[in-house]
Amino acid sequence: MSGPLPSVLIIDENATRASIIEAGLKLAGHNRVTIIDDMNGIAAKIAALAPDVIVIDIENSNRDMLENAFQLSRAVKRPIAMFVDRSDNETMQAAIDAGVSAYVVDGLRQERVKNILDMAISRFNAFSRLERELEEARGALQGRKIVEQAKHMIMKSRGVDEDAAYKLLRSTAMNQNRKIVEVAESLVMSADLLGAGGGNDD
Amino acid sequence: MIELTAGFMPLTDSAILLAAKEKGFAEEEGITLELVRENSWANMRDRLAIGHFDIAHALAPMPLAANLGLTPFDTKLIAPMALGSGGNAITVSNSLYEAMSSKAQFSVSDAAAAGGALRLVVEQLKHGAKKTLHFAVVHPHSVHNYELRYWLAGCGIHPDADIEIVVLPPQLMADALAAGQIDGYCVGEPWNTIAVSRGVGKIATVKAAIWASSPEKVLAMRANWAAENEQTVTCLVRALYKASLWCADKANVSALCHILAKPEYLNQSADIIEPALTGSILNGASLNSGLAFFEPHAQAATFPWRSQALWIYSQMVRAGHVAHDSSNKQIVHDSFRPDIYRAALTPLGVAVPAANSKVEGGLLETTAVGVSAQSLFLGPDGFFDGTVFDPDKMDDYIAAQK
Repeated sequence: MSGPLPSVLIIDENATRASIIEAGLKLAGHNRVTIIDDMNGIAAKIAALAPDVIVIDIENSNRDMLENAFQLSRAVKRPIAMFVDRSDNETMQAAIDAGVSAYVVDGLRQERVKNILDMAISRFNAFSRLERELEEARGALQGRKIVEQAKHMIMKSRGVDEDAAYKLLRSTAMNQNRKIVEVAESLVMSADLLGAGGGNDD
Repeated sequence: MIELTAGFMPLTDSAILLAAKEKGFAEEEGITLELVRENSWANMRDRLAIGHFDIAHALAPMPLAANLGLTPFDTKLIAPMALGSGGNAITVSNSLYEAMSSKAQFSVSDAAAAGGALRLVVEQLKHGAKKTLHFAVVHPHSVHNYELRYWLAGCGIHPDADIEIVVLPPQLMADALAAGQIDGYCVGEPWNTIAVSRGVGKIATVKAAIWASSPEKVLAMRANWAAENEQTVTCLVRALYKASLWCADKANVSALCHILAKPEYLNQSADIIEPALTGSILNGASLNSGLAFFEPHAQAATFPWRSQALWIYSQMVRAGHVAHDSSNKQIVHDSFRPDIYRAALTPLGVAVPAANSKVEGGLLETTAVGVSAQSLFLGPDGFFDGTVFDPDKMDDYIAAQK
């Protein structure tokens, strides 16, 4: 390989996601990677670092300001172009879909930059997937807790054991073509609304 | 029903777009508008370019910048309609306002006087404290930036050598002003009123006093999407035109305020939004011929004049954003599409300008002009320094700019 790999700056207010991308880049041999997750005085930091490639999350509301900072650096230093190649619409679309944008110093060999962007895109996507899974796991956990709560309410109000309470929940759900967790939820919710806490004694 | 996804920024001048959905004008034309709030113009531009949005509430220079190759995506954009005229102001810190007032008297409707006072302050700072004033705008390719620069230059203040212009997100501007990080800014509403209501700044002058009856935001869309969806674009322009009429009706000000104030739109209290709509933001001053601070409809406020795109281009050249040549001028000329606007609205029998271009600064007061149907009033459309912009004399105009 000729010459060192480009230096990369990652601007992401989500520090976890930034470090996931950083880890990926380091794994691929990039040893000049910097993360900025604090927007304070960022323009000066960028000027001092003078990175070859800047990777930024598009939810960052400072993007207009940053873009201007890059444009200014064009005047005083090296030209900065956005993305790798304006004709590479596919990569750019994948980047925006994933929620990542990149700015690149002009004249860098294209395949080197593309590798960095591809890495950022895949890590951004992986992070979103992780977040989604975490959200679902939290939802599942919450669902189990609610079914548990509903079961205890039935046990108390009907004077039945746990197994019978669960069967009652399940048959109600089956008869009404609903999920058990939905039935449990409405049971708990109505108990809350009625202020009975432990369910009605009917 | 055709579903359209529209990107908007939480600004008062998104009024026409929001009203089109909320008051049912879009639905009447068979369009379901899905409104998506954006947080940066860079995102708006990129997401419109790749098709996340069908249409966008856009800075008027945005389609120009895209077509001139200044943006990441090689996607051509067009603006078949403006989303009102006016609506910006230049706010300065209390201390700068005080310094300006001590030099000369001015009112917000007199941009020349306000600029003259600012020049005296800048000169004094140059010789005394050696301090450079900092002004903020929202994006380099914005009317805010170009008008601020035009106003400064016209008042004898060099926009690069004498002051520094920085870019900041609007929601940070009032705080930056209060903290002394910036001394002023040019931004759309409600961000001027917010500084005034927090007691951290005062309005020095307004867009309508710098360039009367001029566009701020436009409706932007991809050129090839518009070509493939001609009927949809026609319906959309009609819906937005009707919405602009509704927005301009004084009887609807309070209702419009409450729509804009909603958490999913501007997420501000209604009394912050109201001054721009009632005109009380002018603090008692009146603009030439009684022009509104923000005009959603009257004086052909939604007509996409090619001459206005070309004036913006002349300022892009002046700022060094693009080089002037005849092919770039043609690209800009073709970016605004009055032909689409006219074709959509003429069948409704509404008054539409018969020309695509005009001499900017040619009308010193509101004037009735020849139109396709009923009578239409235009102007005043002058610049604060009395300069006239004739798009046919572009080369001379650019050469005369410093």
